[in-house]
Amino acid sequence: MKISYYPGCTLNTVAKQFDSSARDSALAMGFEMAELRQWNCCGATFPLAPDNLMGLSAPAKVLSGARKEGDTLTTLCSVCYNVLKRTNKVMRDSRDKRGVVNGFIEEEYDGSLDVLHYLEVLRDRIGFDKVKEAVKRPLKGIKAGAYYGCMLLRPFEDMGIDNAERPTIFEDLLKALGAEPVEFPNRIECCGAHLAMNNDEVVTRLSGAVIDSATGMGAELMVTSCPLCQYNLEKSRGAAAGDEVPVIYFTQALGLALGQDLETLGFEKNATDVMPLLKKKGIV
Amino acid sequence: MKITLSNADVQSKGVARVERLSGEDLKKCYQCGNCSAGCPVSYAMEIPPTRVMRMLQLGKLDEVKAANSMWLCVGCLQCYSRCPKGCSVAAVLEAMRQDALREGADRVEVKDLPMPLLKKAPQQAIVCGFRKFVS
Repeated sequence: MKISYYPGCTLNTVAKQFDSSARDSALAMGFEMAELRQWNCCGATFPLAPDNLMGLSAPAKVLSGARKEGDTLTTLCSVCYNVLKRTNKVMRDSRDKRGVVNGFIEEEYDGSLDVLHYLEVLRDRIGFDKVKEAVKRPLKGIKAGAYYGCMLLRPFEDMGIDNAERPTIFEDLLKALGAEPVEFPNRIECCGAHLAMNNDEVVTRLSGAVIDSATGMGAELMVTSCPLCQYNLEKSRGAAAGDEVPVIYFTQALGLALGQDLETLGFEKNATDVMPLLKKKGIV
Repeated sequence: MKITLSNADVQSKGVARVERLSGEDLKKCYQCGNCSAGCPVSYAMEIPPTRVMRMLQLGKLDEVKAANSMWLCVGCLQCYSRCPKGCSVAAVLEAMRQDALREGADRVEVKDLPMPLLKKAPQQAIVCGFRKFVS
């Protein structure tokens, strides 16, 4: 099975390990992520002011290109997923806006693409039971905190990936990988997002609270699905009580459990070191 | 806080413009406070989300514009997710931010951004930050 794949700008630069571990894991699970022949930045934020149609043109161009290559598009970064999925809905449901945006980008896109997060592909197209069967190196004994953040889940009526207040998709994956997911209060709270640009105080406080909340419930590992969450958590770790908790992408956890070589998982590219924990648990 | 109200304030064109840009009906808000309770940055806002809604209902647009609230909103949509009336304070703050940016009032000077940040931070943070803070 081949699924069209939109990497987004960050996975091509500072989050290469997120991209490569996902592609390798996909192959191990029997599907190929076929990178779009041509793509551009999604805009990194869905315009909240509904009159701002210009902000929809970049993601709409991605979607329109992807539709020519297939009927499904998958992505990894929570923000890309949010922007593409919401734009797709506008292009499908609003005839007026569709007309204006198509005029901007000189395309005839109708919103008929199915935009799926990689987690959804694993759950809905492959099945977590199949993932469980493929595990060669179970993450046994690791108490892992799945951090959803905001963009994967909200707004619920547009994203629909899972319940906005009590999601389980991330924990279900970690369970399939053999880990012990830890539910913690701040798992759907914001990390500080783009305030990383100009407000360290807020980011440190918000991301610190996420880590404290997880380690307070016993988490020994944080797992993320967004390069910005990853960056903010790793950067703010010193401010939290759970000082030495490592932070990894969920695809790295997946690749690890599927038995891939450690060198290909790119742990050395993370700002935090997961190896001591893996050694302590006897996983490597 | 003592507020002097006038018809001109309550029926202000500026507030009507915020409603148009955001697509939100400000009068729906009945001040339950769920947005401020769920907002991760309300602690740092000079005017927290619930009060933003009330002050706009009363036409106090200039006061809300002068506060740091719209520049701190991260757009996480927790306010909208938990609002019993389906209002998005994030959209209201975005509309006000857009209004300011469309008049050329930049919040961040690109040339002042530190090089380590530009090199290390995810591109998505930079792109998103530019769209939220630069006209």
